[in-house]
Amino acid sequence: MKRIVAISRKELLHILRDSRSLTVAIAMPLLLVVMYGYALDMELKDLQLGIMDQDHSPASRQLVRTTISSGFIVDAGRPAAREEIEPAFRQGRFQAVLVIPRGYEEDLASRGGADVQLLVDGADASTAATVDNYLQAVLGLTGQRLRVQSGGPGTAPGPQPVPRILFNPELISSHFIVPGLVAIVLIMICALLTSIAITREKETGTLEQVLTTPVLAGQVILGKVLPYLALGSLDAALVLLAGRFLFGVPMLGSLPALILYTGLYVLVALALGLLISALVGTQRVAMMLALIMTMLPAMILSGFIFPVSSMPLPLQGVAHLIPATYFLRIIRGLMLAGRNWYPMETAVLAGMAVFLLAVAIRKFRGRLD
Amino acid sequence: MSEPAVRTVGLTRAFGSFTAVAGIDLEVPPGEIFGFLGANGAGKTTAIRMLTGLLAPSAGQAWVAGVPVHDKPERVKPRVGYMSQKFSLYDDLTVAENLDFFGGAYGLSRGRIARRRAELLERVDLTGQEGRLTADLPLGWKQRLALASAILHQPSIVFLDEPTGGVDPIARRAFWDLIYDLAAAGTTVFVTTHYMDEAEYCGRVSIMVDGRIEALDTPAGLKRTYGTRSMQEVFLKAVGA
Repeated sequence: MKRIVAISRKELLHILRDSRSLTVAIAMPLLLVVMYGYALDMELKDLQLGIMDQDHSPASRQLVRTTISSGFIVDAGRPAAREEIEPAFRQGRFQAVLVIPRGYEEDLASRGGADVQLLVDGADASTAATVDNYLQAVLGLTGQRLRVQSGGPGTAPGPQPVPRILFNPELISSHFIVPGLVAIVLIMICALLTSIAITREKETGTLEQVLTTPVLAGQVILGKVLPYLALGSLDAALVLLAGRFLFGVPMLGSLPALILYTGLYVLVALALGLLISALVGTQRVAMMLALIMTMLPAMILSGFIFPVSSMPLPLQGVAHLIPATYFLRIIRGLMLAGRNWYPMETAVLAGMAVFLLAVAIRKFRGRLD
Repeated sequence: MSEPAVRTVGLTRAFGSFTAVAGIDLEVPPGEIFGFLGANGAGKTTAIRMLTGLLAPSAGQAWVAGVPVHDKPERVKPRVGYMSQKFSLYDDLTVAENLDFFGGAYGLSRGRIARRRAELLERVDLTGQEGRLTADLPLGWKQRLALASAILHQPSIVFLDEPTGGVDPIARRAFWDLIYDLAAAGTTVFVTTHYMDEAEYCGRVSIMVDGRIEALDTPAGLKRTYGTRSMQEVFLKAVGA
């Protein structure tokens, strides 16, 4: 124990004395979350909507007002005839066109509902889907049924189902993305932090001096992990606070639970970094490995962007080896759904931490031979 | 006579097909200053790393301070001090922090660390430099600090691997005064060097060539055997240059 303390204290001095690295270690995660948080914002803003009101009735004007008053939609022009619509799409003046047919007001009065047509530029599929969803929501407020079409005019589909979305009712993408970003940034930064913790000592030769003392491999590894756990937790707190107050991500679950889960996740990341550090010889290689092993898998396979359940089976297998996959479920559920209890995910993460630390200790012990 | 400080029997270490240390037999009595000479790559550092428990031998046995190192390398560590060829204390820690850390790593109590620190800084003439960053010290001072760190836990044997490389004769002389003090207090000093004037200061000297001990005697005895007047010539003849 005394030896672990000695190593931790020394490691803490290294961290505090290297003010440049410390600044990077604290500022980088925050910067990444803020940058990606804004860049990956998939929300619709300033949708260029063409409106063709063929009914010219008080009811149709009411619908137009409701639609544009949302603030996300820009009235991009009033095509007078159907022939004008397609060229306008081609020129990119419209992203969508709302057509209110003649007889709209009558239908509304006589049937209690009326059909309108929405034409969406399907070239950008994700925007099209968002536009579609969004306008359906707007029209849903006024009790309309929609005829949706991608591209030019033509067939009219039947009545549309209206999905009800729970937990992130406004589908604000930052609420979904920012917790995921926290998962990615934390594993990347924390693995990076510890990846140089041993390699640096290999390069300077101080490691050999340490190994001539009677310290055990486990004492070195644990002694090194503790100060970084503090630093990693500080990073975690910063990015979570940024998510909460910069992006307004709700926090429905319990705060102590969030702290515990995040601490566990940070520990897994630090252990991964230490294992890399024990295995390779130079800081440069260690940092590269830490980045490659954390960033891409966490971004692509963890469910951050693509849901794990829709991946091909072998990739699903890989996804389940990635710590971020589990933490992502926890943090999204905790913040957005208020679910506090994740026995399976906790067990997997704890198992990963123990396994990685044990292998790191083993590899470190065998190093000099 | 008590048991030898260092005894090796056929101590061998191979790295793949290359044999760095090829069966050396040594016996060093307690309190001796033993010069461990040899050209670069002759296997000195490998031998020392085995004796300090850093490296497992491929074959043979070694007892250091009575501990069978080939068997229980961990048990020898509290009893020996090691100063490696390359300066390997922490440049970004202060003089005091370095000593405190290594004291902690050796498992000494806080009180003992504080006492030993004051005592050793006095002895290696670094009192008053406690708060200085190690990186800012001149090389000769760093070497004295490294020695202080290696003997913090009062080992019965210290292994010094080229402790005076790269410093001026005055600094070397000052360092050797410390070695004499240590030996006079009963500590066995196992030292490698490329300076033949330093070899003259040793009680006995071995010369290693290609992993084997080519010659082993007092400096005077070696000069007699090789029929030369200086250790320089002894060394050149022994290594076959």
